[in-house]
Amino acid sequence: MSPKSKSSPKHAAPAAALRSQRELQQIGATVLRLAKARGVPETEVHLDETIQALTRFANNTIHQHVAEHGLVVSIRTACDGRTARVTTNRVDEDALRSAIDDCLSLASHQPKDPQSLAMPGKQKYRAVRHFHASTAALTAHERARAVKASCQFAEKRGQVAAGIFSTGQSQTVLLNSRGVAAAYRQTHGTFSVTMQQGSAASWAKGNAGDVRQFDPMELTKVASDKAARAENPVELAPGKFTVILEPAAVLDLVGFLFYDFSATAVADQRSCFANRLGKQLLGNNITITDDVYHPDQLGTPFDGEGVPRQRVLLVDRGVVKNLVYSRQSAKQAHKKPTGHGFALPNEYGEAPMNLVVAGGKTSVEEMIASTDRGLLVTRLWYIREVDPYEKIMTGMTRDGLFLIEKGKIAQAAKNFRFNQSVLEMLRNVELLGPARRATAEEAFEMVVPAMKVRKFHFSEVTKF
Amino acid sequence: MGVSIAGTPKFFGAPEMWDYCGHSLDVARLRGATYADVRVMHHRQRDLTTKNGRVGTLGQSESIGLGIRVVANGAWGFASTDQLTREGVAQCAAQAVAIARSSALAKKENVRLAPEDSYVDSWQGPCLKDPFEIPLETQLDLLLATDAAMRKVKGVTLSETDMQFRKIDSWFASSSGSKIHQRRVVSGCGIVATVFQGDAIQKRSYPNSFGGQHVLGGYELIESMELLRHAPRVAEEAVALHSAPQCPEKVGTLILGGSQLGLQIHESVGHPIELDRVLGQEANFAGTSFLTLDKLHNLRYASPIVNVVADARPAHGAGLGTFAYDDEGVPAQRIDVIKDGEFSGYLSSRETAHLIGLPRSGGTMRTEGWNRLPMIRMTNVSILPGSWTFDNLIADTDAGILMDTNRSWSIDDRRYQFQFSTEIAWEIKGGKKVRMLKNPSYSGITTEFWNSCDAVSNAENWVLWGTPNCGKGQPMQVMGTGHGASPARFRNVRIGTAFSNE
Repeated sequence: MSPKSKSSPKHAAPAAALRSQRELQQIGATVLRLAKARGVPETEVHLDETIQALTRFANNTIHQHVAEHGLVVSIRTACDGRTARVTTNRVDEDALRSAIDDCLSLASHQPKDPQSLAMPGKQKYRAVRHFHASTAALTAHERARAVKASCQFAEKRGQVAAGIFSTGQSQTVLLNSRGVAAAYRQTHGTFSVTMQQGSAASWAKGNAGDVRQFDPMELTKVASDKAARAENPVELAPGKFTVILEPAAVLDLVGFLFYDFSATAVADQRSCFANRLGKQLLGNNITITDDVYHPDQLGTPFDGEGVPRQRVLLVDRGVVKNLVYSRQSAKQAHKKPTGHGFALPNEYGEAPMNLVVAGGKTSVEEMIASTDRGLLVTRLWYIREVDPYEKIMTGMTRDGLFLIEKGKIAQAAKNFRFNQSVLEMLRNVELLGPARRATAEEAFEMVVPAMKVRKFHFSEVTKF
Repeated sequence: MGVSIAGTPKFFGAPEMWDYCGHSLDVARLRGATYADVRVMHHRQRDLTTKNGRVGTLGQSESIGLGIRVVANGAWGFASTDQLTREGVAQCAAQAVAIARSSALAKKENVRLAPEDSYVDSWQGPCLKDPFEIPLETQLDLLLATDAAMRKVKGVTLSETDMQFRKIDSWFASSSGSKIHQRRVVSGCGIVATVFQGDAIQKRSYPNSFGGQHVLGGYELIESMELLRHAPRVAEEAVALHSAPQCPEKVGTLILGGSQLGLQIHESVGHPIELDRVLGQEANFAGTSFLTLDKLHNLRYASPIVNVVADARPAHGAGLGTFAYDDEGVPAQRIDVIKDGEFSGYLSSRETAHLIGLPRSGGTMRTEGWNRLPMIRMTNVSILPGSWTFDNLIADTDAGILMDTNRSWSIDDRRYQFQFSTEIAWEIKGGKKVRMLKNPSYSGITTEFWNSCDAVSNAENWVLWGTPNCGKGQPMQVMGTGHGASPARFRNVRIGTAFSNE
């Protein structure tokens, strides 16, 4: 959509603006100066500023409409193997001094940790550009206008629309007393719509750093067309089905693997990859990387200590080849840090936050055409882990489950509960679609393809 | 107008808070708002964790700001700011009014609010020992000693402990004259022993999984939990699960422990009764509800021995859903949700009450923080105690399975079909617990399940459990809810579904 297509009326609120990066760096420098004056050997400061706005609609009307603007300063001190973190949203000098004192006090009351490391020194970062001025400038009125168009479209078709249109901008500055100076800013937008027709519903959602990369009306039409086909669902007996998982459904299942790639999780023996590195665990058509520099990804190119993120090949043709490492877990494992550590102190270590699952060339339409009997899954819901080592997940289908017969969508089906090992699923992938940025509700956004999977286990059926 | 502010923190001084509230309301009114309410909130939090004998998380945080909700042109707008100056809050109020006018672009009808008196009051939740005043060494020593006690048990591969404390002050004012200050201190703790052996991971938690038990109160909660005393048992059970037989797949009698029943209530009663879900306002995200308006007083939700209330009053207990006023200034109330098995009431707000013929809101609007809009949330949704002692309940069961401590939970977006698994189970034969079972799970349809309840144990076993991690809304809000529950028995339940391969 074009945010400049019509001017907003006089009473409309202008979009808020982030502070300059220099202003945040000055606040950070003040923290480092105050800490030095207190005699603190090592100090790290994160500054995170967020502007978010969200227009929420249901029953073809806007019912919630919000905006927020906040800045958070998070300080970590380290001294003689003792570290702690204090976070505040007060940025005057007295408040910052008080936060430093609280941090020192917290840290001093704990036992010395012999495994703690000195903070990292100056780093070099690859430039990424994810800030789009037109997205930052989008106003409440412009979001409301797009929502109104979606609601009017629903009314014309005798449907009921519900959803959100959100936009935001954020920036992060990370400094430490040994020379780390990292900065990042981005914009983002999300349009999500559920169209209801009678007791049937379907859904579509777009998310990008630049709102021009998705079209709210196009998403509205997709959800509306599917809702119209979702009426009068047939009740099928549970069992094992060939399924075509749209990217949102793939994302929400594969997304649950993200922490399993953590070296700390493997060392703690709570990862499904413990004792399985180097083995042919998944199908040879599955390759997964973590790549913050992928053009469809967003996020800081550095980790919670300011270490630059590396592109990491996690799964190569079904074999788990590598994990991600923070500085501390890398030292334990005699590896190099990959720039995936969480802000310290924490017990979880690290995780890949920008998964990219390599895709193929088969479209969803071609997958349907190749299927004699199966199910097309729009999205999944309320996914939880049943077994951590076999990675059995349970959850429901939602907002558009369709029976495929003889290469065509025959009719809607009542929603199923699944109990399915994600590892087994990734051994049973028959076809892959092109990988693209996917967005859903259970996992954070990743780049994944649609998948055609055999023997997907549905255990029970619900009433709609 | 006199305002009692006893107990308010020295931070910024309460008069300034009221000034920010008043000034933002004045600006909203001048800009054309026909109604406005404002919250200044100050959150303080301390998080402590250990893992395998080392300190994990050690941090404190605070956040203070103002959020204002307005009606202008008959539509809602909300804005929030951390700029606590007269200029900052005025700008925020003006932004909220401008947003409301934008909302009016896609409005069907004007916002209508149920009448409510105005109140000037101050309330502080129970807290015998301020956790922020307890020395950090005391807290860490207990966690590290408990962590070590779990690792002393041979076979334990991962030991974890946690404590979390929050102190929340809120100053609420509305254009209709209310000025309410509330302080709530929330404390929580938990421990987990994990055992990786062969090709399986088993774990046991105490006093509950996913962060333990959380209540409205101070450090006295931590002391009452006796973490150190329970550590060896928790660890031994985690090891023993590996050699326990698999929970069978069958249809049979199920007894749920109190904490698991609390979560069952949360998912299959608490969420479906939220009136915003029922009205379709959550259709895009959290989902809707099978409890359509025609079902009020017209649905046999449960067997006649089941009585469930939503009770935010301090008299119900110090739960995560306990307060004096909700976040739109409505006094805490008790609502009958299921009375003698019949569906009797929804959770409502000032905007939705009239839609079900209520003269006023049920007082369930709650917000996570100053930068979030209040929305309908569970308070303390609790099953009232029955008459059975726990021993008699077991003795009366010829064949069944007792399941305890949640491991996973999932339910469809209209709240019909659910599946839960728990960390541990025991087979019951001839009125006795005979052996431990691993990987237990059960599933069902909400109303069928609750109608199969034939016994609820008594007040001696009733605990007001805290669920600290209930997510709802866009932007997402995480809220604590309370669930009083005692063990209960259900007949003809589908058991073992999660691990079935059929």
